[in-house]
Amino acid sequence: MSRRVAITGNEAIAEAMRQINPDVVAAYPITPATEIVQMFANSVSDGKVDTEFVTVESEHSAMSAAIGASAAGARAMTATSSQGLALMWEMLYIAAGLKLPIVAPIVNRALSAPINIHCDHSDTMGARDSGWIQIYSEDAQEAYDNLIQAIRIAEHPDVLLPAMVTMDGFIVSHGMSNAEFLDDDVVRGFIKEYEPKHYLLDVENPITVGALDFSDWYFEHRRQVADAHTRVKDVVLQVAEEFKGISGREYKLFDGYKLDDAEYAIVIVNSAAGTAKTVVDELRAKGLKAGLLKIRLFRPFPQEEIVEALSGKKAIAVLDRADTLSLMGGPLYIDLRAAMYDSPGPRVKMVNYIYGLGGRDINMEQIAGVYNDLVEIVKTGEIKRSVTYLGVRE
Amino acid sequence: MAKPITYYLRTDKMPHIWCEGCGHGIVLSAVLRAVDSLGLDKDDVCVVSGIGCASRAPGYLDFDTLHTTHGRALAFATGIKTMKPNLNVLVLTGDGDLAAIGGNHLIHAARRNINLTTICFNNSIYGMTSGQYSPMTPTGKMATTAPYGHIEEPFDLCELVFSAGASFVARGTCYHANPLSKLIAKAIAVNGFSFVEAISQCPTYYGRRNKMRDALVMLDWQKEHAVTKRAASRLSPEELKDKFIIGELGTRTRPEYTERYESIIKAATKETDDNV
Ligand SMILES: Cc1ncc(C[n+]2csc(CCOP(=O)(O)OP(=O)(O)O)c2C)c(N)n1
Ligand code: SF4
Repeated sequence: MSRRVAITGNEAIAEAMRQINPDVVAAYPITPATEIVQMFANSVSDGKVDTEFVTVESEHSAMSAAIGASAAGARAMTATSSQGLALMWEMLYIAAGLKLPIVAPIVNRALSAPINIHCDHSDTMGARDSGWIQIYSEDAQEAYDNLIQAIRIAEHPDVLLPAMVTMDGFIVSHGMSNAEFLDDDVVRGFIKEYEPKHYLLDVENPITVGALDFSDWYFEHRRQVADAHTRVKDVVLQVAEEFKGISGREYKLFDGYKLDDAEYAIVIVNSAAGTAKTVVDELRAKGLKAGLLKIRLFRPFPQEEIVEALSGKKAIAVLDRADTLSLMGGPLYIDLRAAMYDSPGPRVKMVNYIYGLGGRDINMEQIAGVYNDLVEIVKTGEIKRSVTYLGVRE
Repeated sequence: MAKPITYYLRTDKMPHIWCEGCGHGIVLSAVLRAVDSLGLDKDDVCVVSGIGCASRAPGYLDFDTLHTTHGRALAFATGIKTMKPNLNVLVLTGDGDLAAIGGNHLIHAARRNINLTTICFNNSIYGMTSGQYSPMTPTGKMATTAPYGHIEEPFDLCELVFSAGASFVARGTCYHANPLSKLIAKAIAVNGFSFVEAISQCPTYYGRRNKMRDALVMLDWQKEHAVTKRAASRLSPEELKDKFIIGELGTRTRPEYTERYESIIKAATKETDDNV
């Protein structure tokens, strides 16, 4: 029987990790992700999991240990946030390049400097080109469900890529909400035993991992990583379909909210989507055709599906909780504009709002203001500013 | 004449973040009294820290201060010192910051013998992230990541840093606050890498888990377990077993890094000048 509980995001992730029962977890504490590993460590010391838990001396070592364990055939996990993820950067590329299906929950937090412990998406957005699959979660339930599904996605023989599942620091990681947990047996039946095909210490079939690979073969091997990404979308949908069977909860590549007949759309990830949906409801009640698209799978980017869902809209606002400092807007916006270049029909007007850096709140009036701006843009046919910093003191 | 401690503080940044009974404030005041006793001008002192409860200290100090990333204070400080060799550069850091994530920088700064003064606020725990064991947690002690007792051996940081090449190493405690301050003053005056391990207390995470309910009990523990070198020489190995030695633990004279750098530049420029 599944259990309904009031729970924080960190508790939900720690519970998913307990149920996943990975072979190896290597981690280093960092706010606001510390609790995940702390609670998981309790499961280890209470004998509730069979995991080898390695307390390393930095995140760089945590990811290195996870890579070593995964290369040796283990189901390996870690968890971190912000500076911790930044310190893993060198290793992120190695995990992806070696096609090791490590799964890591990441709690989104701003990057230094200045020093800040609150939510924005600079950390995972900074890792968007590392070759990891990225799945974003609006709340604790989604984070729990996504983490369990990520194991299947990452380990799928057509994929074999590392995957990170993100949720918003403090807002979700420490905020209490209702969630439903599956039974241990159900989760374990769903994720199955991990059976790697190639691994170190398989004395019958010795392999070399991470070998020198110059201009002769490097290109082909990197191309294979890209190739694996082309198969992710289908696997994500297959796994979601099966997950629906055990949970009743439906997941797709992205989530459309009152999007089909919408004329004005916001594109967003993670917790602020919840606030935005309430605004959509209010505007709909006033007769405005507002809608929302919340991206779940951000890497690889589901271009065709998103373009199809957004084509024909009158205007789109992309809300980014991170900046690229390229002066072309946030990472979601830049990708979305590139994707929409191929959209059929007249070019859709698109603008970008960068919000919430370092944990700055975003409220319903601000989001309603964004929809108003879209209406204005359509009315006048004019975009005054393509990138706006929302809620900042100028 | 000694200046009041507030002269060196950004009092508008108070209240500080430290818990009641935390030893870090005592170590900080020992640092400030050391700076004061040497009569250093505020503008000639630069304070660098990493991340952690200890590393919050520079935020409250009215010097030029640099608050960096977890573990990297010594690397930042090395940059400052090479650019401005005349500055007194102090590095304030926690045992996790310095000996875990930043351990590599520590041994190399000592090996180079660069004229920085590092003060390690050693509370044997990661305080800021709520009590995981650090490389300084004694064997058998409890931490959130060692619920049945810690199975690793801690570093002897003073021995490590001296072996790596430092010019000066010393150890003091919060309980022995005045001697601690004198050790720090000596360390600042040394021309080379100088290191002071200041035994601090974290009643919130270390004390609570290790049957030391409050700061007073922890200060008492420091008093009872610290022995001077001279007292130690009179004790048997058995009696010394759970004691630690305080005071100056190592001094040596070695060429200092920025001076060597300066002289190699001079030598190299002279050679080129001669060739012209
Ligand atoms: C790269 C990185 N990893 C982890 C952290 C989280 N973190 C902040 S302080 C700290 C430990 C602090 O312990 P210590 O240096 O002993 O200082 P104390 O808080 O005990 O004074 C950790 C792990 C971080 N800020 N950056
Ligand atoms: S947690 Fe420990 S080290 Fe940090 S301020 Fe509190 S007592 Fe001091």
